[in-house]
Amino acid sequence: MHPELSHLLAGLVDLPFRDGYVSSIVYVSLYVSLVAVTLSTLFSVPVALVMGFADFPGKQFVKSVINTGMGFPSVVVGLLVLFAVSNQGPLGPLDLVFTREAMIMSQFVLATPPITAITLASVTGVTENVRDAARALGGTRLDVALVVVKEARYGIATAILAGFGRAISEVGSVLIVGGNITSADGISKTRTLTTAIQLEARQGQYDTAMLLGALLVVLVLTVNAVVVRLGDRGVQP
Amino acid sequence: MSIQRRRFLTAIGAGALATTAGCARTQGIVGGSEDEGTGEDEGAGVAGEELTLTTTTSTYDTGLLGEIHGDFEEMYDVTVDAVAQGTGAALESARNGDADVVMVHARGLEDEFMRNGYGINRRDLMFNDFVVVGPESDPAGIEGMDSATEAFQTIADAEATFVSRGDESGTHTKELDIWEAAETEPGGDWYQETGTGMGEALNNATQQDAYTLSDRGTFISQRSDLDLTILVQGPIEDGPEMLSNPYGIMAVNPGVHEDANYDLAMAYIGWITSPGAQDAISDYEMNGEQLFFPEAVSEDPDFQQYVPKGWSSDSSDE
Repeated sequence: MHPELSHLLAGLVDLPFRDGYVSSIVYVSLYVSLVAVTLSTLFSVPVALVMGFADFPGKQFVKSVINTGMGFPSVVVGLLVLFAVSNQGPLGPLDLVFTREAMIMSQFVLATPPITAITLASVTGVTENVRDAARALGGTRLDVALVVVKEARYGIATAILAGFGRAISEVGSVLIVGGNITSADGISKTRTLTTAIQLEARQGQYDTAMLLGALLVVLVLTVNAVVVRLGDRGVQP
Repeated sequence: MSIQRRRFLTAIGAGALATTAGCARTQGIVGGSEDEGTGEDEGAGVAGEELTLTTTTSTYDTGLLGEIHGDFEEMYDVTVDAVAQGTGAALESARNGDADVVMVHARGLEDEFMRNGYGINRRDLMFNDFVVVGPESDPAGIEGMDSATEAFQTIADAEATFVSRGDESGTHTKELDIWEAAETEPGGDWYQETGTGMGEALNNATQQDAYTLSDRGTFISQRSDLDLTILVQGPIEDGPEMLSNPYGIMAVNPGVHEDANYDLAMAYIGWITSPGAQDAISDYEMNGEQLFFPEAVSEDPDFQQYVPKGWSSDSSDE
Protein backbone atom coordinates (compact mmCIF):
# COMPACT_ATOMS: atom_id res chain seq x y z
CA MET A 1 0.00 0.00 0.00
CA HIS A 2 1.26 3.45 -0.87
CA PRO A 3 -0.06 6.19 1.38
CA GLU A 4 1.59 8.59 -1.10
CA LEU A 5 -0.79 7.32 -3.74
CA SER A 6 -3.81 8.09 -1.65
CA HIS A 7 -2.43 11.51 -0.76
CA LEU A 8 -1.89 12.16 -4.43
CA LEU A 9 -5.44 11.13 -5.24
CA ALA A 10 -6.88 13.10 -2.33
CA GLY A 11 -4.91 16.09 -3.58
CA LEU A 12 -6.62 15.89 -6.96
CA VAL A 13 -9.79 17.37 -5.57
CA ASP A 14 -10.02 20.07 -2.99
CA LEU A 15 -12.61 18.72 -0.61
CA PRO A 16 -14.10 20.72 2.25
CA PHE A 17 -12.95 18.29 4.92
CA ARG A 18 -10.46 18.15 7.71
CA ASP A 19 -6.86 17.30 6.98
CA GLY A 20 -6.28 13.64 6.52
CA TYR A 21 -9.97 12.74 6.39
CA VAL A 22 -10.20 12.02 2.69
CA SER A 23 -6.80 10.38 2.36
CA SER A 24 -7.57 8.10 5.31
CA ILE A 25 -10.87 7.09 3.67
CA VAL A 26 -9.10 6.42 0.39
CA TYR A 27 -6.51 4.41 2.29
CA VAL A 28 -9.14 2.29 4.05
CA SER A 29 -11.02 1.73 0.77
CA LEU A 30 -7.90 0.58 -1.04
CA TYR A 31 -6.54 -1.40 1.88
CA VAL A 32 -9.73 -3.36 2.46
CA SER A 33 -10.46 -4.00 -1.22
CA LEU A 34 -6.90 -4.84 -2.25
CA VAL A 35 -6.34 -7.22 0.66
CA ALA A 36 -9.70 -8.89 0.01
CA VAL A 37 -9.05 -9.21 -3.72
CA THR A 38 -5.50 -10.48 -3.19
CA LEU A 39 -6.69 -13.17 -0.78
CA SER A 40 -9.55 -13.96 -3.11
CA THR A 41 -7.19 -14.29 -6.08
CA LEU A 42 -4.87 -16.62 -4.15
CA PHE A 43 -7.92 -18.74 -3.37
CA SER A 44 -9.79 -18.48 -6.68
CA VAL A 45 -7.05 -19.09 -9.25
CA PRO A 46 -5.99 -22.51 -7.89
CA VAL A 47 -9.66 -23.49 -7.57
CA ALA A 48 -10.28 -22.44 -11.17
CA LEU A 49 -7.19 -24.37 -12.34
CA VAL A 50 -8.28 -27.54 -10.58
CA MET A 51 -11.76 -27.19 -12.02
CA GLY A 52 -10.39 -26.47 -15.46
CA PHE A 53 -8.10 -29.49 -15.62
CA ALA A 54 -9.60 -32.15 -13.43
CA ASP A 55 -12.86 -33.97 -13.18
CA PHE A 56 -14.04 -34.74 -9.73
CA PRO A 57 -17.34 -35.64 -8.15
CA GLY A 58 -19.35 -32.59 -7.22
CA LYS A 59 -17.75 -30.39 -9.87
CA GLN A 60 -21.13 -29.37 -11.25
CA PHE A 61 -22.23 -28.49 -7.73
CA VAL A 62 -19.18 -26.27 -7.21
CA LYS A 63 -19.92 -24.60 -10.55
CA SER A 64 -23.48 -23.86 -9.55
CA VAL A 65 -22.31 -22.49 -6.19
CA ILE A 66 -19.97 -20.12 -8.04
CA ASN A 67 -22.71 -19.04 -10.42
CA THR A 68 -25.10 -18.46 -7.55
CA GLY A 69 -22.40 -16.49 -5.77
CA MET A 70 -22.04 -14.19 -8.79
CA GLY A 71 -25.55 -12.94 -8.26
CA PHE A 72 -25.67 -13.19 -4.51
CA PRO A 73 -26.94 -9.95 -2.95
CA SER A 74 -24.08 -8.20 -1.22
CA VAL A 75 -26.24 -6.95 1.64
CA VAL A 76 -27.07 -10.56 2.52
CA VAL A 77 -23.36 -11.36 2.49
CA GLY A 78 -22.91 -8.46 4.92
CA LEU A 79 -25.62 -9.83 7.19
CA LEU A 80 -24.14 -13.33 7.17
CA VAL A 81 -20.68 -11.98 7.97
CA LEU A 82 -22.23 -9.87 10.76
CA PHE A 83 -23.89 -12.98 12.22
CA ALA A 84 -20.57 -14.78 12.04
CA VAL A 85 -18.45 -12.08 13.69
CA SER A 86 -21.07 -10.66 16.07
CA ASN A 87 -20.39 -11.21 19.75
CA GLN A 88 -23.02 -13.99 19.76
CA GLY A 89 -21.82 -15.56 16.53
CA PRO A 90 -19.32 -18.38 15.96
CA LEU A 91 -16.42 -15.92 15.57
CA GLY A 92 -17.65 -13.67 18.37
CA PRO A 93 -14.65 -14.16 20.65
CA LEU A 94 -12.34 -12.73 17.98
CA ASP A 95 -14.09 -9.38 18.44
CA LEU A 96 -14.13 -8.55 14.74
CA VAL A 97 -17.39 -6.63 14.52
CA PHE A 98 -16.93 -3.03 13.25
CA THR A 99 -13.35 -3.73 12.09
CA ARG A 100 -11.54 -3.69 8.76
CA GLU A 101 -11.00 -7.44 9.07
CA ALA A 102 -14.75 -8.02 9.00
CA MET A 103 -15.01 -5.80 5.92
CA ILE A 104 -12.25 -7.81 4.25
CA MET A 105 -14.18 -11.00 5.04
CA SER A 106 -17.35 -9.78 3.38
CA GLN A 107 -15.50 -8.39 0.36
CA PHE A 108 -13.61 -11.67 0.02
CA VAL A 109 -16.93 -13.50 -0.17
CA LEU A 110 -18.18 -10.98 -2.74
CA ALA A 111 -15.09 -10.99 -4.94
CA THR A 112 -14.43 -14.75 -5.03
CA PRO A 113 -17.29 -15.90 -7.33
CA PRO A 114 -16.58 -13.50 -10.20
CA ILE A 115 -12.80 -14.05 -9.98
CA THR A 116 -13.23 -17.83 -9.97
CA ALA A 117 -15.78 -17.87 -12.78
CA ILE A 118 -13.89 -15.56 -15.14
CA THR A 119 -10.55 -17.27 -14.42
CA LEU A 120 -12.18 -20.63 -15.11
CA ALA A 121 -13.53 -19.39 -18.42
CA SER A 122 -10.16 -18.08 -19.54
CA VAL A 123 -8.25 -21.16 -18.33
CA THR A 124 -10.56 -23.47 -20.22
CA GLY A 125 -10.06 -21.20 -23.21
CA VAL A 126 -6.34 -22.00 -23.37
CA THR A 127 -6.04 -24.41 -26.27
CA GLU A 128 -5.33 -28.09 -25.86
CA ASN A 129 -2.26 -27.61 -28.07
CA VAL A 130 -0.60 -25.38 -25.53
CA ARG A 131 -1.25 -27.83 -22.74
CA ASP A 132 -0.08 -30.79 -24.78
CA ALA A 133 3.05 -28.96 -25.84
CA ALA A 134 3.88 -28.15 -22.24
CA ARG A 135 3.40 -31.77 -21.24
CA ALA A 136 5.38 -33.05 -24.23
CA LEU A 137 8.29 -30.91 -23.13
CA GLY A 138 8.32 -32.92 -19.96
CA GLY A 139 6.59 -30.37 -17.80
CA THR A 140 5.27 -31.37 -14.43
CA ARG A 141 1.72 -30.55 -13.50
CA LEU A 142 2.90 -27.35 -11.90
CA ASP A 143 4.80 -26.34 -15.07
CA VAL A 144 1.71 -26.95 -17.15
CA ALA A 145 -0.39 -24.92 -14.75
CA LEU A 146 2.08 -22.03 -14.89
CA VAL A 147 2.10 -22.07 -18.67
CA VAL A 148 -1.68 -22.04 -18.73
CA VAL A 149 -1.81 -19.17 -16.22
CA LYS A 150 0.64 -17.26 -18.35
CA GLU A 151 -1.40 -17.87 -21.49
CA ALA A 152 -4.59 -16.89 -19.69
CA ARG A 153 -3.17 -13.84 -17.95
CA TYR A 154 -5.42 -11.35 -19.73
CA GLY A 155 -8.45 -13.31 -18.67
CA ILE A 156 -7.13 -13.54 -15.13
CA ALA A 157 -6.42 -9.81 -15.04
CA THR A 158 -9.99 -9.21 -16.18
CA ALA A 159 -11.19 -11.54 -13.44
CA ILE A 160 -9.22 -9.68 -10.77
CA LEU A 161 -10.57 -6.36 -12.02
CA ALA A 162 -14.12 -7.66 -11.92
CA GLY A 163 -13.57 -8.82 -8.33
CA PHE A 164 -11.95 -5.53 -7.38
CA GLY A 165 -14.78 -3.62 -9.00
CA ARG A 166 -17.35 -5.53 -7.03
CA ALA A 167 -15.39 -5.11 -3.79
CA ILE A 168 -14.57 -1.42 -3.91
CA SER A 169 -17.95 -0.23 -5.14
CA GLU A 170 -19.86 -2.13 -2.48
CA VAL A 171 -21.84 -0.15 0.12
CA GLY A 172 -24.39 -2.24 1.97
CA SER A 173 -22.25 -5.00 3.39
CA VAL A 174 -19.29 -2.88 4.52
CA LEU A 175 -21.71 -0.49 6.18
CA ILE A 176 -23.26 -3.33 8.16
CA VAL A 177 -20.06 -5.08 9.23
CA GLY A 178 -17.75 -2.05 9.37
CA GLY A 179 -20.01 0.56 10.95
CA ASN A 180 -18.64 3.54 8.96
CA ILE A 181 -16.37 4.64 11.83
CA THR A 182 -13.95 7.53 12.02
CA SER A 183 -12.17 8.60 15.18
CA ALA A 184 -12.73 12.05 16.63
CA ASP A 185 -9.74 13.50 14.78
CA GLY A 186 -11.48 12.60 11.52
CA ILE A 187 -9.22 9.69 10.61
CA SER A 188 -11.12 6.77 9.14
CA LYS A 189 -11.14 3.42 10.85
CA THR A 190 -13.80 1.63 8.80
CA ARG A 191 -15.13 4.40 6.58
CA THR A 192 -14.66 3.78 2.88
CA LEU A 193 -15.40 6.03 -0.06
CA THR A 194 -18.73 4.34 -0.64
CA THR A 195 -19.92 4.60 2.95
CA ALA A 196 -18.64 8.19 3.14
CA ILE A 197 -20.72 8.99 0.04
CA GLN A 198 -23.72 7.37 1.68
CA LEU A 199 -23.17 9.48 4.81
CA GLU A 200 -22.83 12.72 2.84
CA ALA A 201 -26.00 11.90 0.91
CA ARG A 202 -27.80 11.12 4.17
CA GLN A 203 -26.83 14.56 5.43
CA GLY A 204 -28.01 16.18 2.21
CA GLN A 205 -24.46 17.20 1.22
CA TYR A 206 -24.87 16.23 -2.41
CA ASP A 207 -21.95 18.35 -3.64
CA THR A 208 -19.38 16.67 -1.45
CA ALA A 209 -21.02 13.31 -2.16
CA MET A 210 -20.49 13.93 -5.86
CA LEU A 211 -16.86 14.93 -5.31
CA LEU A 212 -16.20 11.77 -3.32
CA GLY A 213 -17.97 9.82 -6.07
CA ALA A 214 -15.68 11.34 -8.68
CA LEU A 215 -12.71 10.41 -6.51
CA LEU A 216 -13.95 6.81 -6.31
CA VAL A 217 -14.26 6.64 -10.09
CA VAL A 218 -10.73 8.04 -10.51
CA LEU A 219 -9.47 5.46 -8.03
CA VAL A 220 -11.09 2.53 -9.84
CA LEU A 221 -9.83 3.73 -13.22
CA THR A 222 -6.31 4.12 -11.80
CA VAL A 223 -6.30 0.62 -10.38
CA ASN A 224 -7.65 -0.72 -13.67
CA ALA A 225 -4.89 1.04 -15.59
CA VAL A 226 -2.23 -0.37 -13.26
CA VAL A 227 -3.57 -3.92 -13.57
CA VAL A 228 -3.80 -3.66 -17.36
CA ARG A 229 -0.20 -2.44 -17.46
CA LEU A 230 0.87 -5.39 -15.33
CA GLY A 231 -1.01 -7.69 -17.68
CA ASP A 232 0.85 -6.22 -20.64
CA ARG A 233 4.23 -6.64 -19.06
CA GLY A 234 5.85 -9.96 -19.81
CA VAL A 235 4.22 -10.30 -23.20
CA GLN A 236 6.49 -12.48 -25.25
CA PRO A 237 6.23 -12.88 -28.99
CA MET B 1 -38.57 -10.17 14.01
CA SER B 2 -35.74 -9.16 16.33
CA ILE B 3 -36.68 -11.99 18.65
CA GLN B 4 -36.29 -14.50 15.85
CA ARG B 5 -33.03 -12.93 14.84
CA ARG B 6 -31.70 -13.24 18.33
CA ARG B 7 -32.80 -16.84 18.51
CA PHE B 8 -31.03 -17.53 15.26
CA LEU B 9 -27.90 -15.79 16.52
CA THR B 10 -28.01 -17.74 19.73
CA ALA B 11 -28.53 -20.96 17.82
CA ILE B 12 -25.56 -20.52 15.52
CA GLY B 13 -23.47 -19.03 18.25
CA ALA B 14 -24.13 -21.50 21.02
CA GLY B 15 -22.04 -24.36 19.67
CA ALA B 16 -19.18 -22.13 18.67
CA LEU B 17 -19.14 -20.28 21.94
CA ALA B 18 -19.05 -23.52 23.85
CA THR B 19 -15.91 -24.57 22.05
CA THR B 20 -14.18 -21.24 22.22
CA ALA B 21 -15.12 -20.26 25.74
CA GLY B 22 -12.14 -18.91 27.56
CA CYS B 23 -10.43 -17.17 24.70
CA ALA B 24 -12.33 -13.94 25.07
CA ARG B 25 -10.64 -10.75 24.06
CA THR B 26 -7.93 -9.42 26.28
CA GLN B 27 -9.49 -6.41 27.83
CA GLY B 28 -7.61 -4.17 30.15
CA ILE B 29 -4.17 -4.82 28.75
CA VAL B 30 -2.27 -1.73 27.81
CA GLY B 31 -1.73 -1.53 24.09
CA GLY B 32 -4.26 -4.28 23.67
CA SER B 33 -5.78 -2.71 20.59
CA GLU B 34 -4.52 -3.96 17.27
CA ASP B 35 -3.50 -0.56 15.98
CA GLU B 36 -1.24 0.54 18.77
CA GLY B 37 0.79 -2.34 20.05
CA THR B 38 2.86 -0.07 22.23
CA GLY B 39 3.77 -2.97 24.42
CA GLU B 40 4.07 -0.68 27.43
CA ASP B 41 3.48 -2.45 30.66
CA GLU B 42 2.49 0.16 33.16
CA GLY B 43 -1.06 -0.94 33.93
CA ALA B 44 -2.31 2.47 32.86
CA GLY B 45 -5.93 1.34 33.04
CA VAL B 46 -7.67 1.98 29.76
CA ALA B 47 -4.98 3.66 27.65
CA GLY B 48 -4.90 2.49 24.05
CA GLU B 49 -8.28 0.77 24.21
CA GLU B 50 -11.26 1.25 21.95
CA LEU B 51 -14.75 2.07 23.10
CA THR B 52 -17.60 1.11 20.80
CA LEU B 53 -20.51 3.52 21.10
CA THR B 54 -23.67 2.82 19.14
CA THR B 55 -25.84 5.86 18.76
CA THR B 56 -28.52 7.58 16.73
CA THR B 57 -28.13 9.31 13.41
CA SER B 58 -29.24 12.58 15.02
CA THR B 59 -26.32 12.84 17.46
CA TYR B 60 -23.90 11.83 14.76
CA ASP B 61 -25.09 13.70 11.70
CA THR B 62 -25.31 16.99 13.55
CA GLY B 63 -21.55 16.70 14.10
CA LEU B 64 -21.88 16.90 17.88
CA LEU B 65 -19.96 13.72 18.68
CA GLY B 66 -17.10 14.51 16.31
CA GLU B 67 -16.83 17.87 18.02
CA ILE B 68 -16.69 16.70 21.62
CA HIS B 69 -15.07 13.25 21.50
CA GLY B 70 -11.57 14.61 20.98
CA ASP B 71 -11.45 15.74 24.63
CA PHE B 72 -12.31 12.31 25.93
CA GLU B 73 -9.91 10.54 23.58
CA GLU B 74 -7.06 12.80 24.70
CA MET B 75 -7.90 12.60 28.36
CA TYR B 76 -7.82 8.81 28.49
CA ASP B 77 -5.64 8.09 25.45
CA VAL B 78 -8.33 5.90 23.89
CA THR B 79 -10.38 5.89 20.71
CA VAL B 80 -14.15 6.09 20.53
CA ASP B 81 -15.69 4.14 17.66
CA ALA B 82 -19.04 5.83 17.18
CA VAL B 83 -21.43 3.83 15.02
CA ALA B 84 -24.51 5.80 13.93
CA GLN B 85 -27.38 3.38 13.49
CA GLY B 86 -30.60 4.79 14.84
CA THR B 87 -32.03 3.94 18.25
CA GLY B 88 -33.49 0.52 17.46
CA ALA B 89 -30.37 -0.79 15.74
CA ALA B 90 -28.06 0.80 18.32
CA LEU B 91 -29.83 -1.09 21.12
CA GLU B 92 -29.87 -4.28 19.07
CA SER B 93 -26.10 -4.10 18.54
CA ALA B 94 -25.67 -3.63 22.28
CA ARG B 95 -27.99 -6.57 23.01
CA ASN B 96 -25.80 -8.71 20.78
CA GLY B 97 -22.73 -7.59 22.72
CA ASP B 98 -21.26 -5.59 19.86
CA ALA B 99 -21.20 -2.29 21.75
CA ASP B 100 -19.88 -1.09 25.10
CA VAL B 101 -22.12 1.93 25.56
CA VAL B 102 -25.29 3.24 23.90
CA MET B 103 -26.59 6.78 23.42
CA VAL B 104 -30.21 6.81 22.29
CA HIS B 105 -33.47 8.72 22.55
CA ALA B 106 -36.50 6.54 23.17
CA ARG B 107 -37.18 6.15 26.86
CA GLY B 108 -39.62 3.29 26.38
CA LEU B 109 -37.03 1.23 24.48
CA GLU B 110 -34.30 2.23 26.95
CA ASP B 111 -36.46 1.01 29.85
CA GLU B 112 -37.07 -2.30 28.12
CA PHE B 113 -33.33 -2.59 27.48
CA MET B 114 -32.65 -2.07 31.20
CA ARG B 115 -35.43 -4.34 32.40
CA ASN B 116 -34.05 -7.14 30.25
CA GLY B 117 -30.71 -6.72 31.99
CA TYR B 118 -28.70 -5.50 29.01
CA GLY B 119 -28.15 -1.92 30.12
CA ILE B 120 -27.10 -0.46 33.45
CA ASN B 121 -26.17 2.89 34.94
CA ARG B 122 -28.41 4.92 32.72
CA ARG B 123 -28.01 8.69 32.88
CA ASP B 124 -30.07 11.50 31.43
CA LEU B 125 -27.68 13.16 29.03
CA MET B 126 -29.27 16.01 27.13
CA PHE B 127 -32.42 16.95 25.30
CA ASN B 128 -33.68 18.76 22.30
CA ASP B 129 -37.14 18.47 20.84
CA PHE B 130 -39.07 17.29 17.83
CA VAL B 131 -40.71 19.60 15.35
CA VAL B 132 -43.27 18.94 12.64
CA VAL B 133 -41.87 20.35 9.42
CA GLY B 134 -43.44 20.75 6.01
CA PRO B 135 -43.53 22.91 2.90
CA GLU B 136 -44.15 26.67 3.17
CA SER B 137 -47.43 26.22 1.33
CA ASP B 138 -48.70 24.01 4.19
CA PRO B 139 -51.43 22.24 2.17
CA ALA B 140 -53.00 20.65 5.25
CA GLY B 141 -52.99 23.93 7.18
CA ILE B 142 -51.27 22.85 10.41
CA GLU B 143 -49.11 25.90 10.98
CA GLY B 144 -49.05 27.15 14.54
CA MET B 145 -51.03 24.27 16.02
CA ASP B 146 -50.04 23.65 19.61
CA SER B 147 -50.86 19.96 19.57
CA ALA B 148 -48.86 17.36 17.71
CA THR B 149 -51.77 14.91 17.65
CA GLU B 150 -54.12 17.49 16.16
CA ALA B 151 -51.53 18.31 13.50
CA PHE B 152 -51.09 14.65 12.62
CA GLN B 153 -54.86 14.10 12.45
CA THR B 154 -55.19 17.09 10.15
CA ILE B 155 -52.44 15.78 7.87
CA ALA B 156 -54.13 12.38 7.74
CA ASP B 157 -57.54 13.87 7.01
CA ALA B 158 -56.09 15.99 4.21
CA GLU B 159 -54.12 12.96 2.99
CA ALA B 160 -51.15 15.30 2.55
CA THR B 161 -47.89 13.47 1.82
CA PHE B 162 -46.08 12.51 5.04
CA VAL B 163 -42.59 11.03 5.13
CA SER B 164 -41.98 8.53 7.90
CA ARG B 165 -38.52 7.30 8.90
CA GLY B 166 -39.86 3.77 9.22
CA ASP B 167 -36.59 2.52 10.72
CA GLU B 168 -37.34 1.93 14.41
CA SER B 169 -35.27 4.97 15.30
CA GLY B 170 -36.10 7.20 18.25
CA THR B 171 -37.78 9.67 15.93
CA HIS B 172 -39.81 6.94 14.26
CA THR B 173 -40.82 5.58 17.67
CA LYS B 174 -41.99 9.07 18.68
CA GLU B 175 -43.90 9.45 15.44
CA LEU B 176 -45.76 6.19 16.03
CA ASP B 177 -46.56 7.31 19.59
CA ILE B 178 -48.13 10.47 18.19
CA TRP B 179 -50.23 8.56 15.65
CA GLU B 180 -51.39 6.31 18.44
CA ALA B 181 -52.29 9.26 20.65
CA ALA B 182 -54.09 10.79 17.69
CA GLU B 183 -56.04 7.52 17.35
CA THR B 184 -55.17 7.56 13.67
CA GLU B 185 -53.87 4.64 11.68
CA PRO B 186 -51.58 6.15 9.04
CA GLY B 187 -51.66 4.43 5.67
CA GLY B 188 -52.35 4.94 2.03
CA ASP B 189 -50.40 6.57 -0.75
CA TRP B 190 -49.80 9.75 1.21
CA TYR B 191 -47.87 7.97 3.98
CA GLN B 192 -44.37 7.02 2.84
CA GLU B 193 -41.87 5.08 4.91
CA THR B 194 -38.35 5.77 3.71
CA GLY B 195 -36.36 3.52 6.04
CA THR B 196 -33.54 6.06 6.10
CA GLY B 197 -31.74 8.38 8.48
CA MET B 198 -33.17 11.75 9.49
CA GLY B 199 -31.19 13.73 6.95
CA GLU B 200 -32.38 11.60 4.04
CA ALA B 201 -35.96 11.73 5.26
CA LEU B 202 -35.76 15.54 5.33
CA ASN B 203 -34.32 15.59 1.81
CA ASN B 204 -37.06 13.27 0.73
CA ALA B 205 -39.72 15.54 2.27
CA THR B 206 -38.18 18.51 0.46
CA GLN B 207 -38.30 16.70 -2.87
CA GLN B 208 -41.95 15.78 -2.42
CA ASP B 209 -43.24 18.86 -0.59
CA ALA B 210 -44.18 16.56 2.24
CA TYR B 211 -44.55 16.79 6.00
CA THR B 212 -42.30 14.92 8.39
CA LEU B 213 -41.36 14.73 12.05
CA SER B 214 -37.75 15.71 12.70
CA ASP B 215 -35.52 16.29 15.67
CA ARG B 216 -34.73 19.99 15.82
CA GLY B 217 -30.97 19.40 15.74
CA THR B 218 -30.85 17.63 12.39
CA PHE B 219 -33.36 20.06 10.91
CA ILE B 220 -31.27 23.08 11.95
CA SER B 221 -28.03 21.53 10.73
CA GLN B 222 -29.51 20.94 7.26
CA ARG B 223 -31.94 23.80 7.01
CA SER B 224 -29.99 25.64 4.32
CA ASP B 225 -30.47 22.75 1.89
CA LEU B 226 -34.16 22.27 2.61
CA ASP B 227 -37.35 23.90 1.38
CA LEU B 228 -39.10 23.08 4.62
CA THR B 229 -40.21 25.14 7.54
CA ILE B 230 -41.17 24.38 11.13
CA LEU B 231 -44.96 24.31 11.34
CA VAL B 232 -45.46 22.85 14.82
CA GLN B 233 -42.91 23.75 17.48
CA GLY B 234 -41.60 21.51 20.24
CA PRO B 235 -41.28 22.37 23.93
CA ILE B 236 -38.03 24.34 23.45
CA GLU B 237 -40.14 26.96 21.65
CA ASP B 238 -43.12 26.48 23.99
CA GLY B 239 -44.67 23.69 21.96
CA PRO B 240 -46.42 20.63 23.41
CA GLU B 241 -44.55 18.43 25.90
CA MET B 242 -45.39 15.48 23.65
CA LEU B 243 -42.59 16.61 21.34
CA SER B 244 -39.82 16.56 23.94
CA ASN B 245 -36.77 14.56 22.94
CA PRO B 246 -34.53 13.44 25.81
CA TYR B 247 -31.33 11.49 25.16
CA GLY B 248 -30.03 8.88 27.56
CA ILE B 249 -26.78 6.98 27.86
CA MET B 250 -26.29 3.48 29.25
CA ALA B 251 -23.42 1.08 29.78
CA VAL B 252 -23.77 -2.47 28.49
CA ASN B 253 -24.09 -4.84 31.44
CA PRO B 254 -20.80 -6.76 31.83
CA GLY B 255 -22.76 -9.43 33.71
CA VAL B 256 -24.51 -10.28 30.44
CA HIS B 257 -21.66 -9.58 28.04
CA GLU B 258 -18.47 -10.25 29.91
CA ASP B 259 -16.25 -8.80 27.22
CA ALA B 260 -18.03 -5.47 27.13
CA ASN B 261 -15.47 -2.81 27.95
CA TYR B 262 -17.25 -1.74 31.10
CA ASP B 263 -14.45 0.30 32.69
CA LEU B 264 -14.11 2.46 29.63
CA ALA B 265 -17.89 2.70 29.16
CA MET B 266 -18.22 4.05 32.70
CA ALA B 267 -15.31 6.42 32.16
CA TYR B 268 -17.13 7.69 29.09
CA ILE B 269 -20.45 8.09 30.89
CA GLY B 270 -18.64 9.85 33.73
CA TRP B 271 -16.96 12.18 31.29
CA ILE B 272 -19.97 13.01 29.13
CA THR B 273 -22.17 13.74 32.15
CA SER B 274 -19.48 15.91 33.75
CA PRO B 275 -19.83 19.71 33.86
CA GLY B 276 -17.04 20.17 31.31
CA ALA B 277 -18.52 17.94 28.63
CA GLN B 278 -22.03 19.19 29.38
CA ASP B 279 -20.78 22.72 28.73
CA ALA B 280 -19.26 21.55 25.46
CA ILE B 281 -22.65 20.11 24.46
CA SER B 282 -24.29 23.38 25.42
CA ASP B 283 -21.75 25.39 23.41
CA TYR B 284 -22.17 23.32 20.25
CA GLU B 285 -23.95 25.49 17.74
CA MET B 286 -24.87 25.22 14.14
CA ASN B 287 -26.03 28.14 12.02
CA GLY B 288 -25.95 30.17 15.22
CA GLU B 289 -28.40 27.91 17.03
CA GLN B 290 -27.84 25.61 19.98
CA LEU B 291 -28.75 22.04 19.02
CA PHE B 292 -28.67 20.15 22.32
CA PHE B 293 -29.42 21.16 25.88
CA PRO B 294 -27.45 19.45 28.64
CA GLU B 295 -29.44 17.60 31.26
CA ALA B 296 -26.96 15.59 33.32
CA VAL B 297 -25.75 18.20 35.79
CA SER B 298 -28.37 19.32 38.25
CA GLU B 299 -28.50 20.51 41.85
CA ASP B 300 -31.55 18.41 42.23
CA PRO B 301 -30.87 15.12 40.41
CA ASP B 302 -33.77 13.06 39.17
CA PHE B 303 -33.09 9.56 40.47
CA GLN B 304 -35.62 8.16 38.05
CA GLN B 305 -32.91 8.49 35.39
CA TYR B 306 -31.05 5.42 36.71
CA VAL B 307 -33.92 2.94 36.56
CA PRO B 308 -36.79 2.07 34.24
CA LYS B 309 -39.90 4.21 34.65
CA GLY B 310 -42.23 2.90 37.33
CA TRP B 311 -39.54 0.76 38.92
CA SER B 312 -39.52 0.60 42.67
CA SER B 313 -37.31 -1.31 45.05
CA ASP B 314 -40.10 -3.62 46.16
CA SER B 315 -41.30 -4.51 42.68
CA SER B 316 -40.28 -8.06 41.99
CA ASP B 317 -38.47 -7.42 38.73
CA GLU B 318 -36.29 -10.34 37.93
